[in-house]
Amino acid sequence: MEQVKCECGHVNPHGTVFCESCGKPIVEDSTKKLLDMRYEGSARRSQTYNKTIIDKVWNFFSSVKVGVWLIVITLLASAIGTIYPQEMYIPPNVTPAEYYEEQYGWTGKLYYELGFNNLYGSWWYMLLIASIGVSLVICSLDRVVPLYRALKNQGVVRHETFLRRQRLFSVSKVDNYDKLIDEVKEKLTKRRYHIREENGNILAEKGRFSRWGPYVNHIGLIIFLIGAMLRFVPGMYVDEVLWIREGETKEIPGTNGKYFLKNEKFTFEVYEKDKEKEVFQEAIDRVGSGMVAKNYQSDVVLYERVGPIVPGEEPKLKKVKEYKIRVNEPLKYDHYALYQVDFKMNEPNKMSFHLVDKNTNEQFGLVTVDLRNPKPAYDLGNGYRVELLSYFPDFYFDENGNPATKSKIPNNPAFVFKMITPDKPKGEVSFVAIRQTIEPLGDNKYKMSFAGLETKNVSGLTVRRDFTLWILGVGGAIFMIGLIQGMYWNHRRIWLKRVNDEVLFAAHTNKNWYGLKNEIKQIIDGTELVMPIDQAEEEKKGAQGGDDSGATK
Amino acid sequence: MKKQRLLLRTVILILLLGAVGYTIYANFFTEKTRVTVGSEAPDFVLTDLNGKKHRLSDYRGKGVFLNFWGTWCKPCEKEMPYMNRQYEVYKNQGVEVIAVNVGEPELSVKKFAERFDLKFPVVIDQQDQVMNAYDIDPLPTTFLINKDGKIVKIITGTMTESMVQQYMESIKP
Repeated sequence: MEQVKCECGHVNPHGTVFCESCGKPIVEDSTKKLLDMRYEGSARRSQTYNKTIIDKVWNFFSSVKVGVWLIVITLLASAIGTIYPQEMYIPPNVTPAEYYEEQYGWTGKLYYELGFNNLYGSWWYMLLIASIGVSLVICSLDRVVPLYRALKNQGVVRHETFLRRQRLFSVSKVDNYDKLIDEVKEKLTKRRYHIREENGNILAEKGRFSRWGPYVNHIGLIIFLIGAMLRFVPGMYVDEVLWIREGETKEIPGTNGKYFLKNEKFTFEVYEKDKEKEVFQEAIDRVGSGMVAKNYQSDVVLYERVGPIVPGEEPKLKKVKEYKIRVNEPLKYDHYALYQVDFKMNEPNKMSFHLVDKNTNEQFGLVTVDLRNPKPAYDLGNGYRVELLSYFPDFYFDENGNPATKSKIPNNPAFVFKMITPDKPKGEVSFVAIRQTIEPLGDNKYKMSFAGLETKNVSGLTVRRDFTLWILGVGGAIFMIGLIQGMYWNHRRIWLKRVNDEVLFAAHTNKNWYGLKNEIKQIIDGTELVMPIDQAEEEKKGAQGGDDSGATK
Repeated sequence: MKKQRLLLRTVILILLLGAVGYTIYANFFTEKTRVTVGSEAPDFVLTDLNGKKHRLSDYRGKGVFLNFWGTWCKPCEKEMPYMNRQYEVYKNQGVEVIAVNVGEPELSVKKFAERFDLKFPVVIDQQDQVMNAYDIDPLPTTFLINKDGKIVKIITGTMTESMVQQYMESIKP
């Protein structure tokens, strides 16, 4: 392999910008006054080897430019996904293709046709996220290894060019070099610099570990992504919805038929005037009594199924525990958690009717229809009898004008009754819906008159089981550690080199130049050293036209 | 050293692509359920409108055309007559049809079955247990189960009569 030997004797990998040890530029680039200190001038391998397909793929993902573009595209896509609701949030009974156009016009149609209605689960969105992950791994690997090598191999004695081309640099005439060195060393030690000395030259360094911050951060991100990926592994992540009526016992979805839940009662409470402590009165008066929710609560009993699990068979249940599920107080068992997320008040459950003679208003008996499981016939005695011919729990007229049902949920129950009475033994047919009666076969003598409605509340629960959470937590923590490490510490270096009776002084930091300048001021205070000038600022000023630097030289 | 680097790069890239590939595959090319094509159809016991119990595993040796439906679902309604006619042809050739209603009132299901004069057993999944086990989302969904109790195909959406015929043909023992 091609390697470059510097005049100081150090052998550098091919592609190195300036010598790892002494800092003498290998590729002479005299157009710029200052050295580009990024990655310590080390050879980023990606930019050096580009032969096989593997190398080409590697190099694509190794580019920070590519990484930034991936992030920008992902950000844009994510933003677009929030313009209109995602498909999972639109009403369940509509066709998405029509819904988006109806609601939002041609832009909605376009939105749907371009597939933004299901953006976050689309294959190309996932590919983008995955590419960011790949880019993170390869970018980091490609930089952290050479950087580590360069920082490990850096020499104390640096080439004059290297020092002169640092951003902070000065030359001072010194009479007593040894005294100066001792003074400076003492001050540097006080400021917690690690000092290396070679032939009277000094390299003082601190906070090098801050350079690893971004890479630690990336490791955290990658762990986070792995956690997110594991959600797709069966059994690692369960997220189901359970709607359960009061009094109902239902299998908990996602538990493979192992657990059942009974909903004893759902409670919805509000803050009401004069029912709360004195301190709340003012707030209640301001928003109005009964306007603020106080509690959503499902009183439930958890059962475990015993014996073999055969779906459909009447389960043998063993009580596990009773619990009151409230918002943010889930029922937790066997890594499953049941959260209170939604509710429906007063769903019709039973409806009662009187069989009434329309003329005399005489009543011949009460019919109570269980809306979940109605009986086909109701015998009222004395020859009076009511048959339920048809039942529509969620009634509407379909496109042909026939009564039909939208679902099995009794939101808007409607019935076709046949009323059999001693004087009408063949029976009269009546169509009864809420606030609506139709007599399809001509005028009836009798009618079913509404007598009462019994309702039940329904709890909407979310079933969760998440074995990836701790991985996400660990990833997040490492992410933060990396961030702090890179943000709150700076990697500062100061070089002193003696050339004849002059001292070259140069300094570098990866961030916070202001802080470094202040520190140098204190270090050289009372010594013969000259305060270094900020060559980058000089250049900027120079470019702006006026050179009004009062720098000492 | 160059060879080593190429090897290392290849290994890392394969690992990364493997992880990405698995995620995409798991997300888009597999059913997110226990019930997948090729897997064994979960056993269940349900009672039909005549009070007779039907246990799926009792139909080993026969092909089972397992249809999930609801009375409000228009596409389900449309394919009922097709299933009815083809059942007449294939019931003597070892194909059984089980139509699982998704927990509606018995009255509604009975009226529906009478209206279409359904010949095959119609069972009601009162407690959603079978629906959970089969992860039924859209209606209608049909599972083709072969004589060994394995799922051969999962069909969501309406079928034409010739599709029904072909599917029944395909699970003939």
